[in-house]
Amino acid sequence: MRRVYFDHSATTPVRPDVADEMCAFLKENFGNPTSLHYFGRQARKEVEAAREKVAAAIGATPNEIVFTSGGTESDNMAIHGVAMINKNKGNHIITSAVEHHAVINTVKALGKEGFTVTILPVDKYGMVSVDDVAAAITDKTILITIMHANNEVGTIMPIKEIGSLARSKGITMHTDAVQSFGKIPFSVEELGVDLLTISGHKIYGPKGVGALYIRKGTRWKQSLFHGGAQERLRRAGTENVPGIVGLGKAAELAIRDLQSEAEHLKALRDRLIHEVTTKIDYVKLTGHPTMRLPNHASFTFEFIEGESMLLSLDLKGVAASSGSACTSGSLEPSHVLLAMGIPHEIAHGSIRITLGRDNTMEDIDYFLEIMPPIVNRLRAMSPLDQETEFAINGSCDACKAHGSCKM
Amino acid sequence: MYTEKVMDHFENPRNVGEIENPDGVGQVGNPTCGDIMKIYLKVKDNVIEDVKFKTFGCGAAIATSSMVTEMVKGKSLDEALKISNKMVAEALGGLPPKKMHCSNLAADALQAAIQDYMDKQEKK
Ligand SMILES: Cc1ncc(COP(=O)(O)O)c(C=O)c1O
Ligand code: FES
Repeated sequence: MRRVYFDHSATTPVRPDVADEMCAFLKENFGNPTSLHYFGRQARKEVEAAREKVAAAIGATPNEIVFTSGGTESDNMAIHGVAMINKNKGNHIITSAVEHHAVINTVKALGKEGFTVTILPVDKYGMVSVDDVAAAITDKTILITIMHANNEVGTIMPIKEIGSLARSKGITMHTDAVQSFGKIPFSVEELGVDLLTISGHKIYGPKGVGALYIRKGTRWKQSLFHGGAQERLRRAGTENVPGIVGLGKAAELAIRDLQSEAEHLKALRDRLIHEVTTKIDYVKLTGHPTMRLPNHASFTFEFIEGESMLLSLDLKGVAASSGSACTSGSLEPSHVLLAMGIPHEIAHGSIRITLGRDNTMEDIDYFLEIMPPIVNRLRAMSPLDQETEFAINGSCDACKAHGSCKM
Repeated sequence: MYTEKVMDHFENPRNVGEIENPDGVGQVGNPTCGDIMKIYLKVKDNVIEDVKFKTFGCGAAIATSSMVTEMVKGKSLDEALKISNKMVAEALGGLPPKKMHCSNLAADALQAAIQDYMDKQEKK
């Protein structure tokens, strides 16, 4: 069966060049970078080379890069570290309603520890407004954390504007750039951010490794991990040397190929979006039509549910994802789609297609061939149509599952 | 994550559709929730002569709907009344735990349809 991987926002395959470089650090170059001897020195040299590569990829200096276990840790560490050290200055944190759980749950946890949290709404495209950020700032605001590009709907946020606003007010600014890094060009200077998160496995590098950029002079302190003095006291624990080497290589290649990849991906994405929205009825693109990641197409299909679409696609060899409740592991559809004002009944029918470097126009053709029959089959099975979709009593009392449903 | 039996019923659902002038109709769930099941019955001499379903929902919702129709077709109302959500899930070789409540409502839809039939009989 033809297999098509369309879930690159979830994770990507490790590039062969990256895997090759990593291999040596699993085998012969196994040293601990802290050790003084030859083996340690070899490992140290490569960790520092990787740091240079990551720094160069985002326009930072190597000293400003701290290696972590991934995007989740970088987000936690950034937010918690700024909050703790600035406690005496203020206790207010601003974020958005569409952040990744690594950010939103960290901020919410701080909300239970005496911090005040403002979760900004987004518009129908999933975009935060700079005016809303400005209006939310108080003299107690110590941190603004807003993602660069959204993982579920691909919308690119006005981070440059928010960054310069934060700077003009002397507020520390963090952005989660896990999805944008390697896909759209940027530098930390241009964005004007103080902290920035990246992750290895979204850029054809390994899982379980990431980095946090911390601008020199930022009021930040490691507040979560206690242990050794690695990463200049910023992240305790023996370095994940193979992972770090892989991240460095993947970052280097991602930036080298960014322009040509983006063009390739955009051509595929634009055709996919155009064909899906014109060939299939009752479909909407979610996220911003133009300010979106080059590899990202996401839709809602009315009257049918996301998981049943994913299963049907999987039976045809196509791997995609959905923000429907059934796939999220909770009973609620994606918080991102709901924050964009998409009603529950429609959010359940969401599908996300995220393209990658190995996808071809034939993959798009294949998808366009199999998707309409899948939609037709499921719609023929559905008791919903344009008349009944919102007519059925939407109250929880009418629903037998009530009680287990958290709405 | 799903058993082969679930996938079989998802791929090849039995008894999909509507019945014209049904003797009973039952519906549970709502679109906000992400699952709706609607079951149509044709009843003759207290036997379920025909049964059809329409479902909006995940793979488990579709498979349980299909399964319940297969379980009751040709059965007496008394037998059909004994069918529970748990029995449907068991007939499918089990469901993932988190699917047990939300997507496993097919027997409820069936019972609602039987109730509807009985209410209509009373009125006659
Ligand atoms: C926007 C965003 N932030 C953070 C993460 C978490 O990264 P990691 O899987 O490396 O912990 C992800 C990945 O799912 C993401 O998409
Ligand atoms: S809507 Fe799901 S139980 Fe109420």
